[in-house]
Amino acid sequence: MSASNTVDNDASNGVVAEQSLEDAEPSNRAPLTKKEISADHPTWCPGCGDFSILALYFRLIQQRGLHHEKITTVAGIGCSSRFPYFVQANGVHFIHGRALPFATGVALSRPDLHTFVFGGDGDAFSIGGNHLTHTARKNVNLTYVIMDNFVYGLTKKQTSPTSPIGFRSKTDVGGSKDKPINPMKQLVAAGATFIARTTATNPKHLLAMMDKAMDHDGFSVIECLSECVEFYPGAFDKATPRKGGAFKEIPEDHDVTSELEAYKLADDSFPGYFGIFYDVNEPTKNANEASLISSAREKVAGMQDWEILQKTFDRVK
Amino acid sequence: MNDSTLTASTAGGQSNNANISEAVIRIAGNSQDGIQSIGGFLARLAGRSEQEVMTFMTIPSTISGGPSIFQVRIGTGEVLSAGDEADVLLAFYQHSYEGHIDSLKESGIVLYDSDHVTPNEEWQKKYNHVAIPISNLTIEAIGGTARDKGKNIYALGLICRIFNLNSDKLKGLINEKFKGKNPAITETALNAFNAGHLYELGDLIETFSFSEATHRDSSQVVMNGNEALAYGLIAAGVRFGAGYPITPWSDIMELLRRELPKYGGSFIQCEDEIASIAMALGASYGGRVGVTGSSGPGISLKTEALGWGIMAEIPLVLVDVQRGGPSTGMPTNVEQSDLNIACFGGHGDSPRVVLAPANVEDCFYSAMEAVRIAREFNVPVVLLSDQAIGTRIEAFDEPDLKTLCKDITPDLTPVEEHKPYSLEDVSGVSPRIAPGTQVKSGKYPVITGLEHDELGHPTGSSQLHQEMTNKRRNKLKTLAKSLPFPQVYGGDHGDVLIVGWGSTQGPIHEAVDRVRKAGEKWSSLHIRHINPLPEGLEKAFDGFKHVMVVEMNDEGLYGYGQLAGILRARYCDPKIKGINKSDGMTYKVKEIIKRVTAAIN
Repeated sequence: MSASNTVDNDASNGVVAEQSLEDAEPSNRAPLTKKEISADHPTWCPGCGDFSILALYFRLIQQRGLHHEKITTVAGIGCSSRFPYFVQANGVHFIHGRALPFATGVALSRPDLHTFVFGGDGDAFSIGGNHLTHTARKNVNLTYVIMDNFVYGLTKKQTSPTSPIGFRSKTDVGGSKDKPINPMKQLVAAGATFIARTTATNPKHLLAMMDKAMDHDGFSVIECLSECVEFYPGAFDKATPRKGGAFKEIPEDHDVTSELEAYKLADDSFPGYFGIFYDVNEPTKNANEASLISSAREKVAGMQDWEILQKTFDRVK
Repeated sequence: MNDSTLTASTAGGQSNNANISEAVIRIAGNSQDGIQSIGGFLARLAGRSEQEVMTFMTIPSTISGGPSIFQVRIGTGEVLSAGDEADVLLAFYQHSYEGHIDSLKESGIVLYDSDHVTPNEEWQKKYNHVAIPISNLTIEAIGGTARDKGKNIYALGLICRIFNLNSDKLKGLINEKFKGKNPAITETALNAFNAGHLYELGDLIETFSFSEATHRDSSQVVMNGNEALAYGLIAAGVRFGAGYPITPWSDIMELLRRELPKYGGSFIQCEDEIASIAMALGASYGGRVGVTGSSGPGISLKTEALGWGIMAEIPLVLVDVQRGGPSTGMPTNVEQSDLNIACFGGHGDSPRVVLAPANVEDCFYSAMEAVRIAREFNVPVVLLSDQAIGTRIEAFDEPDLKTLCKDITPDLTPVEEHKPYSLEDVSGVSPRIAPGTQVKSGKYPVITGLEHDELGHPTGSSQLHQEMTNKRRNKLKTLAKSLPFPQVYGGDHGDVLIVGWGSTQGPIHEAVDRVRKAGEKWSSLHIRHINPLPEGLEKAFDGFKHVMVVEMNDEGLYGYGQLAGILRARYCDPKIKGINKSDGMTYKVKEIIKRVTAAIN
């Protein structure tokens, strides 16, 4: 639990340790305006829940005073994964399902950057399911927002891993039979250290979750329900008060450090609870690697890189 | 064996000592007997004694146990291959004896553990048999252990005696090897060594001495190809890698995991092959060149992400330590059957760079070159090693690390504007900046696998897809212009030009040497840059009647191996022919001569 506090992440990851990256950021720059952060006009359908997530990401960047060059937005493939094109910052549009390991490479080698990953339920729970588990257990320092619409939208209405039983899609014309994944249960089991659930229709709550996720040292993941108005309209009405549903927040006395309590909350039937299910501090992959580096470097203190290699070669003469 | 013949004295009486210039020693036992470490000691000793050395080993693809061999060829002159035939066979078991007696040259010496081996009468007439109860003598020397430990070191002592090797240097190496462990272990090892070394050979066998090696100005380092490759990556400035365990690539990832933290870097063991290449690409995107690697099926799994690296123009080094395929194939055997996947694997038109190191020393320099090319051309580079080159040990001139080592820390100096896919330069190469670099225009790039415009934003424009496809191809053509023309080994004109790539260089050169001595006009050309090919190869082909491409892969449906197919497609020259095999073993010199001779007649 304490390693992440004792090792200064930014300073000791050797990959960029030799240079002072902070020098590149003048402190007197004004926060970015919305215009400055916006890039291409989003290609999403009118009414798509993803617009709201993008708008609040801009808000988050503004309220935290982040600058363009320090932000890296990574995505996989899907409607939601078009995200980086709409943000005026370093963006990466990677391949389907593999955004997390890519972002891990960025986060571990460049701890000076803020690494965000956006993607959909197909990316997170289907093709990239393995990576979600392992990024969680490695506790890599980055924030992942899963924009969950319960359907494959980009490919025009096939069943997704979170589609409820009975959902009629082009691949399940008689209704889906496979049991949907419960994202909260899966994340708890995988060992994620910050797990939250929110919805695109509650901007205040969504922003608060993203802000808390960013504060978290380690892997922070948010499932954000985001309606696909084209292929699964009304999917989240039960969670939307203005459509007659209920937005049920996690009770204040919930113990966020208890896996068991988080699991119990996750067991609630749809639309379930919203808020922070689980939030603990555990050693991050970044801190673990940094401590490995600092103990390895103790033995080669004061030596240049070529001298370290020379020492190795001297032993194989 | 050159200069003198190595034969055991058949007449009784005092043993003699013969001067020799080289010897091939094959040690056959089981994988848990530590025979690789005997070979390792001998190779290291040769390196320290300014001799040339090359080794060859096989290991079974079982968890523990199974027959295993280690062959070491030590020479005062140039050693190009591990040797076709052994001068001395050291056999620990009956199966080692029976399985490897064929590898011994006529009247060669078979030294066998008489506690385990019953000699065959027929063979006793053909080879010189020397019986030594190695197992019991080891137990006498160091006490019994359940797993017969120590007999490898005992055998090392015996070899030291037979070849008059420098026992002080060997003892020094034993001390270094066990340094840091329980002192009792070192002592036991030295006891075993001394017992073997002091064994009274009597008139059983002639002993030998290597002629004095010519003094070299530089000292030599001794390592295997996997090690040389990994250290080459470190020297080139690589500080991040990611991988998944698979034989024979795992050695490289284990070494990088151990070494990179010393340089402030990391190597991450991932959940799978796909995550590994994704993570390495992420680190490359972060500003340095990331490395990943694999063997066999792992390479197939990485091809989608490799295609992304090509499309997104992100540098990467992908190491492929080839093994027998397809599928799980022959995990611990050698094959050169990944050339096609290295050059073409993946969907769409995806030009990438492929380099193939020709020997252990070249693994070091090729790794450095791969990193340089990846950075200069913003392109993934496949480094095509193989099981044979990866596991064999060679001694080579120590590199000048102070001059060679590179610092490739990203430069984050702000820029006015940036277009990652700029079409401006006809070379096809566009600039790349690392995230963290302020772009004053406020227009930040998106790095993407979708077809894109110059800033990285998606496009459906047919014109842009054509232009960007041209760009990705043209930068490789630019690279091709800068590649050195490979030297023809032997004369520029003659009857046969043997073309090879990768680990076959040694036996091919030796084959050329041997036939040229006999008056034949054969030469060879070894291609290190597989994709793109250097320009002007046709000029080298022009000087010969036959161009024979020797490869360790299948002849395919139409009679050409993988490189031969590319060369025929490129040069449309019907005299290009293939010599191929898929037996999981390296080429022997005589095998090359025989096959080429048969093909041209």
